[in-house]
Amino acid sequence: MKLIENVSLMAATNAASKTGARVAGAEAGRRRFLQGVLASGVFVLSARFIPGTFLAEGEQNPSSLEAGLWMSIAPDGMVTIIAHRSEMGCGSRTALPLIVADELDADWSKVIIKQAIGDPKYGDQDTDGSHSVRSSFDLMRQVGATGRVMLISAAAERWKVPAKECSTEPHFVVHGASGRKVGYGEIAAEAAKRPVPNNGNVPVPLKKRSQWRYIGKETNSLFDLRDIVTGKAVFGMDATMPGMVFASVEHPPVLGQKVKSHDDQAALKVPGVKKTIVIETFKPPHQFQPLGGVAVIADNTYAAFKGRKSLKIEWDESPHSSYNSAAYRKTLEETSRKPCKVVRNVGDVDAAFAKGAAGGGKIIEAEYYAPHLAHVSMEPPVAVAEYKNGKVIAFAPTQNPQAVQETIASVLGIKKEDVTCHVTLLGGGFGRKSKPDQVAEAAVLSKQLGKPVKVVWSREDDIHFDFFHSVAAMYMKAAVGADGRPTAWLQRTVYPPINSTFDASARYADDEMGLGWNNLPFDIPNHRAENGPADYHVRIGWLRSVANIYHAFAIHSFADELAKAADKDSVQYLLDLIGPSRTVPLQYKEEEADEKQRYPLDTARLRRVVEIAAEKSGWGKKPMGKGRGMGIAAHRSFLTYVATVVEVEVDAKGQVHIPGVWTALDAGTVISPDNVRNQFEGAASFGTSLALFGEITATNGVIDQNNFDTYQLARMNRAPKNVDVTIVESDSPPAGVGEPGVPPFAPALYNAVFAATGKRVRELPLAKTKLV
Amino acid sequence: MVRFKVNGKERSFDGDPEMPLLWYLRDVASLPGTKFGCGQALCGACTVHQNGSAIRSCTTPMSEVGGSEITTIEGIPAMHPVQKAWMEIRVPQCGYCQTGQIMQAISLLKENKNPSDQDIDTAMSGNICRCGTYQRIRAAIHQAAKETA
Repeated sequence: MKLIENVSLMAATNAASKTGARVAGAEAGRRRFLQGVLASGVFVLSARFIPGTFLAEGEQNPSSLEAGLWMSIAPDGMVTIIAHRSEMGCGSRTALPLIVADELDADWSKVIIKQAIGDPKYGDQDTDGSHSVRSSFDLMRQVGATGRVMLISAAAERWKVPAKECSTEPHFVVHGASGRKVGYGEIAAEAAKRPVPNNGNVPVPLKKRSQWRYIGKETNSLFDLRDIVTGKAVFGMDATMPGMVFASVEHPPVLGQKVKSHDDQAALKVPGVKKTIVIETFKPPHQFQPLGGVAVIADNTYAAFKGRKSLKIEWDESPHSSYNSAAYRKTLEETSRKPCKVVRNVGDVDAAFAKGAAGGGKIIEAEYYAPHLAHVSMEPPVAVAEYKNGKVIAFAPTQNPQAVQETIASVLGIKKEDVTCHVTLLGGGFGRKSKPDQVAEAAVLSKQLGKPVKVVWSREDDIHFDFFHSVAAMYMKAAVGADGRPTAWLQRTVYPPINSTFDASARYADDEMGLGWNNLPFDIPNHRAENGPADYHVRIGWLRSVANIYHAFAIHSFADELAKAADKDSVQYLLDLIGPSRTVPLQYKEEEADEKQRYPLDTARLRRVVEIAAEKSGWGKKPMGKGRGMGIAAHRSFLTYVATVVEVEVDAKGQVHIPGVWTALDAGTVISPDNVRNQFEGAASFGTSLALFGEITATNGVIDQNNFDTYQLARMNRAPKNVDVTIVESDSPPAGVGEPGVPPFAPALYNAVFAATGKRVRELPLAKTKLV
Repeated sequence: MVRFKVNGKERSFDGDPEMPLLWYLRDVASLPGTKFGCGQALCGACTVHQNGSAIRSCTTPMSEVGGSEITTIEGIPAMHPVQKAWMEIRVPQCGYCQTGQIMQAISLLKENKNPSDQDIDTAMSGNICRCGTYQRIRAAIHQAAKETA
């Protein structure tokens, strides 16, 4: 580990203020603090850690000496901490600085969070995969602890006492023996001149868990909470730049189509419309490039929307014009019925099937299906960008500002370093907003217009032109012995892979196998997991918990089917399937070394969450009247163990109500427990949306759904009435919390529907099946 | 020319009378606290008050605004008991829909000082929260009702 100092924060802050733009976090109100930070005598700490011990696997190892500037203390005592991950509702922007503040022993009320621009010096900034805390926990602790050591060192020097006689209380260094104390602000300038502890070569001592003031405390709340409830929070939709114009883009209805001809005469007559511009269609692979189409430029968003309605556009043909969801489903299902690529093998499944059939055992087969889903974050895709003198400044609600830099650089043929991406708050993300195609649109249009452009997608644009969660077909087969336990378990999954977004020839989902498919934690002697090939016809992307959604749906529906076939209690059967406490032997890739060492798949932790969720729900003890039932599923994703019990009531019309959900989770060390509960409450609602309503379909390559009328989400009257969340106390390293609540929800709900009605439904969403 | 008030201030507008109030507020009046979510009155992110009652500004054309008093989240004196309850219960995740939720909740409590769960579900089901903070919203409305009782 090595620490260095620099002043690049100042440069970044100046660049931001010159644009005159509104930036994230209601920064205007805090400008006086920032001026304090920029005053002389400021203590600025940046950290660079070598080797990669403190970087998560796959992260870029910062290679320049300007790497990673994380915090500063102004003479007035205000501490500014950099949030290098985006805030889309999961709490990352609060959690990471909170970790720094804890180890620094700062007073949280004197902390300002400054959102980082996109820059590789921060390492990986992609806020996805539920890994912001997991990847940055150690680093953030070291940043804070190093600052604390330097503050103590400066005070000790001033007092001419040994540093080891000094300690800290929030925002003060104290010398117990003499009763002297000095504020962090007062000593900051001297601290900045102190040598970095241990030359930065070894980690500095950290607090003991018992000394934490913020990490794991119930009192933590979102840094932006007040701004949010008063309407002052600045989202991407709220970003402005002086002199900007507004744009709305009519995209090709089918992926890959190009504009053959267009007539904009009527559009140009709409009040406020200034111009139309054709955006070139990408060359495959589409990656995050603009889709192409015709942009209407106007004085305001509404005029741009209205102008679009009068455009007449002729599109050419696309190879994806033949995409029809019903036919495509058949193709996936046919593939899933034949042997596919083996991604995990334990024992000999085929021999066990042969033996099972011959020996009087039962063979059970089932097929499951899940459709495309759309992200529909409440804030549709939006961005503001200005191209000037070969450089771009963008303001965007992005999960991944470095992807904004890379995409714009590649589309415009400029250097990545010449793209500055300011990150606003995100009005939801769920994976959609790590794909910055709309930011690239704004940059392309700005280059042509010579002024800043704000691109606003309508809700219809958002639904038609998403990077969709993949449609999937799963085939399951088990041989069951006389005791009801499976002796063999075969599972096949087939869907167009996310990698098709980056490689048009990709047909296998190699990268998604770790998302709940090649790591079944069940104690079954013969097991084989397979993956079959599929072609893409729309843009495929990751959506909250990704392939875990359909993988968990198939696995945990099937587990419940086996339980019922054996006439066993579902919870007992599930515990039995998980088997004794052990570490499940898995194949790890080289880049998964950290996962193998620090996050082994521990069935004791999985069993515990099952037992807690069952206990809290009153499983087996509550009388279930007619039309009522409970279901359970337990799934580990993003290294977090989650069990969920869902109770349903199916009314006389066949409508499903959800009076209660009980979730238990073990995410290792958590930063803000109340926020974690909020994430899992929200996951139940997200799970309800996809389990009851979510379905995107295509006809001749065109998406059939348009807005919240045809793509429905759980509203308050259909969402679970009460979600009870139990966090298992744990000293283990932190795991994910944004996504892991989603995967077990749908199978638990479907299992509850079976308990309530005796109907086994094997496809998502439930709205497609009549229950009475 | 349409004349009306926004947050107590006299305003006039002589642009496209079909322009929804939402876009007037956001793009013309620079009041971005009111959010765009769907443009079809399906999600409630754009909720404001017209003469004290909740409306969807995304489907209210400027031609229907004349003579009325519009209140946006910026016109709610902080901290309103509803906002206070929102903070105490720590309702928001991403926060984008919450100004619309809060405007809807304030309107509900004006008409019904002590709403039941059922009353709340009925009044609030036009407002979508994709993060799924519904049970906290319900709890916060009960708490605000208690505080104002």
